[in-house]
Amino acid sequence: MSEIIPIGPYHPLQEEPEFFRLHVEGETVTRLDIEIGYNHRGIEKLAESKSWDQVVFLVERICGICSTSHPAASINAMEDLGGIEAPERAQYIRTVICELERIHSHLLWLGLAGHFIGYNTVWMWAWKYREIVCDICEKVTGNRQSYAMFKAGGVRRDILDEDIPWIRKSLDKLKPALDMFKGAVIDDPVIHARTKGVGVLTTRQAKDFCVVGPTARPSGVAIDVRKDDPYFAYGWLDWDIVVLQEGDVFAKAVCRVLEMYESVKILEQCLDKMKPGIVDLKIKELPAGEGIGRAEAPRGEVYHYCLSDGSNYPARYKVRAPSYVNIFSNEVACVGQEVADAALVLAAVDPCYCCTERVIMVDDATGNEKTIKGSDLVKLSQDKTKRIQKSLGL
Amino acid sequence: MTWKNIEKMIHESWDKKIQKWYAHNANRIYVDIDPKDLVAFSRFLFEDLQARFIIASGVDTPRGVIEIVYHFDFYQLPVVFSLRICLKKPKPEVESLAGIIKGTEWIEREINELLGVTFNNHPDMRHLILPDDWPEGNYPLRRDQ
Repeated sequence: MSEIIPIGPYHPLQEEPEFFRLHVEGETVTRLDIEIGYNHRGIEKLAESKSWDQVVFLVERICGICSTSHPAASINAMEDLGGIEAPERAQYIRTVICELERIHSHLLWLGLAGHFIGYNTVWMWAWKYREIVCDICEKVTGNRQSYAMFKAGGVRRDILDEDIPWIRKSLDKLKPALDMFKGAVIDDPVIHARTKGVGVLTTRQAKDFCVVGPTARPSGVAIDVRKDDPYFAYGWLDWDIVVLQEGDVFAKAVCRVLEMYESVKILEQCLDKMKPGIVDLKIKELPAGEGIGRAEAPRGEVYHYCLSDGSNYPARYKVRAPSYVNIFSNEVACVGQEVADAALVLAAVDPCYCCTERVIMVDDATGNEKTIKGSDLVKLSQDKTKRIQKSLGL
Repeated sequence: MTWKNIEKMIHESWDKKIQKWYAHNANRIYVDIDPKDLVAFSRFLFEDLQARFIIASGVDTPRGVIEIVYHFDFYQLPVVFSLRICLKKPKPEVESLAGIIKGTEWIEREINELLGVTFNNHPDMRHLILPDDWPEGNYPLRRDQ
């Protein structure tokens, strides 16, 4: 008997509205329809009525979690358009902000993934240690989120030298926590049972769907804008990109955990290498032409394209967020999975989530509609973990 | 493959079809082509040169044509290679790339509803971000509306 289970547009596990229609045969997903557009805010059109300076603030509002990735791509596009090179100290400060954001975004995802499979301890601990990073952000920028630090030609605030020892100390507190999370993910037999071989995206599929970031790298696609097209200070630092081959949910989790170590490495080098100097070129205008800006957000490549007619406003502003390509890949990653795993697979791309208040089950054969709460779907997933724990004698 | 090799291969196969080659800087290349060459050129980039499709951007220009720029890169290389086509109004249409590159499916749907460009042979031309009951013929990113 074939059934359709809609998830969305609002789901307790998701931060942004999107709608998934799961077609199931018994317990197995046979097809997935994805609908987006519930939260389309017309930011590209809005950008045409903002001055270049204001565009940076506008795109900062695209995402609440990776709020600095869009400004990063945006100023890269403007600097590409104007042939501008920001001062060295500004480049280091920008890199610091971007990497702090990557760590707290990955910890946020790890916590949510823990909650999905019924590991609420992982959830609480991940979010507890995320506070360390948010505190650093607050100290450096004045805000825990939406830092408003970037502008074409520099940054708006300097990092004070007297704050640097405190930042280092905070990072030191974070390192043992990362070791703990690494152990919790890599050594746990239940997490292995729940995530290995689940929601596999092959290398070929990853390339066909043009996915990016921690959705592509665990599938053996070695792309990272920070390495491939170095911007800010990334080209001057020593760090590695994390590439895995399996393409399943486990590989995606491991990829994110290992990336946090690289981020700490990058942060420490930035703090070491930062020399006193100016942080802003005070750019007043941009020429006519085209500009392309890329930045590696926690979820993958953010791509901005701007067209200028030489005025103070962009003639066209195009934004491509990483989830735009990553979410689409669920169409193949979800097929063949159990319903209890579907939420986990959809979550594994970290799709800038949204919230569903309830789930409707439609029985195709009878046309009957059965409404179950979103929390029931989470319970389905958590119950599966309990069954595995029981069978493992845990 | 280095960018030099890729550049040479593109020139060898496509020099006669390229209307304009513009390098904004070493890593940002813009190439204008005829819309009828789009599918073959994209296939060459995606299959023969292993390019990665990033996104396409559509713009209604003051010159009265709709311009679509398809952005590609080559995985580990810093180069962004952008293919530009110009489509005539009032009924701009071009062949869909979704048959070759799955990842173009959503953006073609988006350009279709925002700029009114018809993508021939697209597998699923439903609305992507606008509501299903959006009035027919109303394109939010067209300048004349």
